[in-house]
Amino acid sequence: MNIENLVQINETEWEIPTYIRSDMRVPVRLFATRELLEQIINDKSLDQAVNAATLPGLVGSVIVMPDMHQGYGFPIGGVAATEYPHGVISPGAIGYDINCGVRLLASSIEFDSAREQMDMLATVLNKYCPSGVGKAGAIKVNLKELDYVLRDGSRWALKNGYATQADLARTEETGSLEGADPDMVSERAKARGHEQIGSLGAGNHFVEVDVVDEIFAEEAANVMGLYKGCLTVQIHCGSRGLGHQVCTDYVHEFQSAVRKYGIDLPDRELVCAPMDSPEGRAYMGAMRAAANFAFANRQLLAYSARRAFEEVFANQMRNWHLHQVYDIAHNMGKIETHEVNGKQIKVCVHRKGATRAFGPGSPGLPPEYKKIGQPVIIPGSMGTASWVLVGTEDSMTRSFGSSCHGAGRVMSRSQAKKEVRGDVLRQELEARGIKVRAGSLPGLAEEAPSAYKDVDMVVETVSAAGIAKKVARLKPVAVIKG
Amino acid sequence: MGFEEIPHTADWSVLVWARDLPSLFAESARAMNALAETVTTQGPHVNRAFEAKGHDIESLLVAFLSELVYFQEQENLAFDTFDIQINSQRMSANIEGNEIISVDKAIKAVTYHNLKIEETARGYEVVIVFDV
Repeated sequence: MNIENLVQINETEWEIPTYIRSDMRVPVRLFATRELLEQIINDKSLDQAVNAATLPGLVGSVIVMPDMHQGYGFPIGGVAATEYPHGVISPGAIGYDINCGVRLLASSIEFDSAREQMDMLATVLNKYCPSGVGKAGAIKVNLKELDYVLRDGSRWALKNGYATQADLARTEETGSLEGADPDMVSERAKARGHEQIGSLGAGNHFVEVDVVDEIFAEEAANVMGLYKGCLTVQIHCGSRGLGHQVCTDYVHEFQSAVRKYGIDLPDRELVCAPMDSPEGRAYMGAMRAAANFAFANRQLLAYSARRAFEEVFANQMRNWHLHQVYDIAHNMGKIETHEVNGKQIKVCVHRKGATRAFGPGSPGLPPEYKKIGQPVIIPGSMGTASWVLVGTEDSMTRSFGSSCHGAGRVMSRSQAKKEVRGDVLRQELEARGIKVRAGSLPGLAEEAPSAYKDVDMVVETVSAAGIAKKVARLKPVAVIKG
Repeated sequence: MGFEEIPHTADWSVLVWARDLPSLFAESARAMNALAETVTTQGPHVNRAFEAKGHDIESLLVAFLSELVYFQEQENLAFDTFDIQINSQRMSANIEGNEIISVDKAIKAVTYHNLKIEETARGYEVVIVFDV
C-alpha cells in the first residue's frame, strides 16, 4: 500500500476505495495530512486498515485517525462500526488493554506558586500511584469483591468512598457499562486483576502533572474548570492483567467461532463472532466487565492523586482540590446509534487507539457538556504537550463520533532505545523543569518524544477536519511512570 | 535454533527458528524472556507442568506462551528448560525455571497477528508479535 493507492478528498481526508482489494466490504476513510501519511507509509497501518474493512456487518467506512500506526491486526487509531445485532464484534479490534484510557483532573492551583513543591509532588504521586511491571495496586480486593468491581465499575468506587458523584457524571458511561457480566470473565483473568486494581502498570502508562498553557475556547475551558497557568493531572492506564487475559481468552475462543460462522479473515487477530451469538454475547459481557475494572482503576488512581495533592498543598492553601474534567476510553466497543446514509442505525463502534468525541447535544453527556460537546483528552508524548478538545456535530456524521487518542508512535521501541539513553532523557526533561519518576530507564527511553508524531500536528489535523475542536493545550511539569 | 527481533512500531516482534516443533516452542519462550529482559535467581529450579488445547499448531503456541505470561505475572517465575510434547491439537509441557529478580518489560499478551509456523530449510520458523 502506498499513497498513490489513496484518493485524496481534501487536505485532511483520504479514502482507500473498495476496489483496492476484493475482500473489502467498506472503504477506509483516513483523517491525516500528507506529511502524517508519509510518516507511517512504511509501517503496516494502511494494510491493517484494509484488513479491518473485511469484517462482516461493517457499515459506513472504517475510519483511521491521524495518530495511526501499525498494530497487531487492527490499526492503532482505528474505528469500525458493525451493525447491531447481526454484525460481528471483534476482540482484536478493541485490544488487549480493554478500556485503556485517560482521566483529566484540574485545579485552581497556580503553577507559579507551586513551582517549589513540584519535586515533592512528583515523589508523593509516585508513592501513592503504584507503577511498574507486575506491581500490585494500593488496595486489595478479594475475588468476591472483585465481581462487584466488574459489575459496577466507578459505582463500586463511589460506594466504597473512593469517588464523588461528580466524578461519575464526568466519566464516559458514568464509569459503569451496563451489561457487564463477571461470570463471563475467567478465573485466570480475575486472579490477574484482583491484586492490581489501583495501579498504573508500565509501558506508556503514566500519571502526569501539567499546566494549562494556552486556552483556545474560553467558554468550554470555563465549563471544564481549566484555568490558564493552573495545574492539572492526567492518569493514563487501563484494565491491567485482567483486561489482557479477557482479550487473550476470547481471541483464543473465537479462533473456532470464525469457523463455526463461516467467517474468512485476512488476519487471525481480527477473529470475531456475531454480536447476537452465544460467543458474541459472552465476550460483550466480559469486555464490559473489564472496562468497568479500568474505570474503577482510574478512579482509585484519581483518589490517590488527590491524597498526594492534599499531602503536598493542603497546609499551604485552602483550594488545593482536584476536580474531574472527564475520563475517556480509547480501547472499547460500544453500542451506539449513528446516522449512516441518512438512516439512524444501532451499531457496535470498535475504537482501538481512538476516542469517543460526541458533539453538543449528544446523549450520555452531563448537562454542562451537552452545550459544548464531550471533552476529548489527548495525551502527547512525554515532555511535549497534551491537549483538551471537544467533540463536534461533524464527528457524529463523519467519524462515528470519534477522534484521535494521542500522538501515535513513529519509531519502534528497540530503535528508540538505540537512539535515546534513558538517563540522558531524564536529565534533559529535568533541565526543562519536568520532574521525572521512572521505574525503568530503558522504559523511559522507549517513550522518548522522538518516538512519537508531533501531537500538535495530529490535533491540528482533527481540528482542521472538523471532528474535534481545540479547547486547551497543556504543558508537562512532572511525569510518573513505571 | 535461535531468534532475532523484528522492528515493530508499538509492540515487540520476534522471528524464531528451530529444527523441530518442541524446540520452536522452547526457543519462542526464551525469545519472550529475552524481549522482557527477564533476570532470574540462580540455584535449584522450580518445576511446573501444564497441558493446553488449540485448534492448530499456532493456537498451541499462543496457549503455551500465554501460560508462561501467566506464570510470570502471578507467580513471579520465568522458565528456561522445557520438555514439550505436541500431539495434533494438544500439548503438554514440563518446565523448569527460577524466581524473577527483575523484568524490564511487561508482556500483556501473545497475539495471533500474522502467526504462521512454516517449514523451512532450518526446520520451522515463526514470527510472533507480543502486545507490550
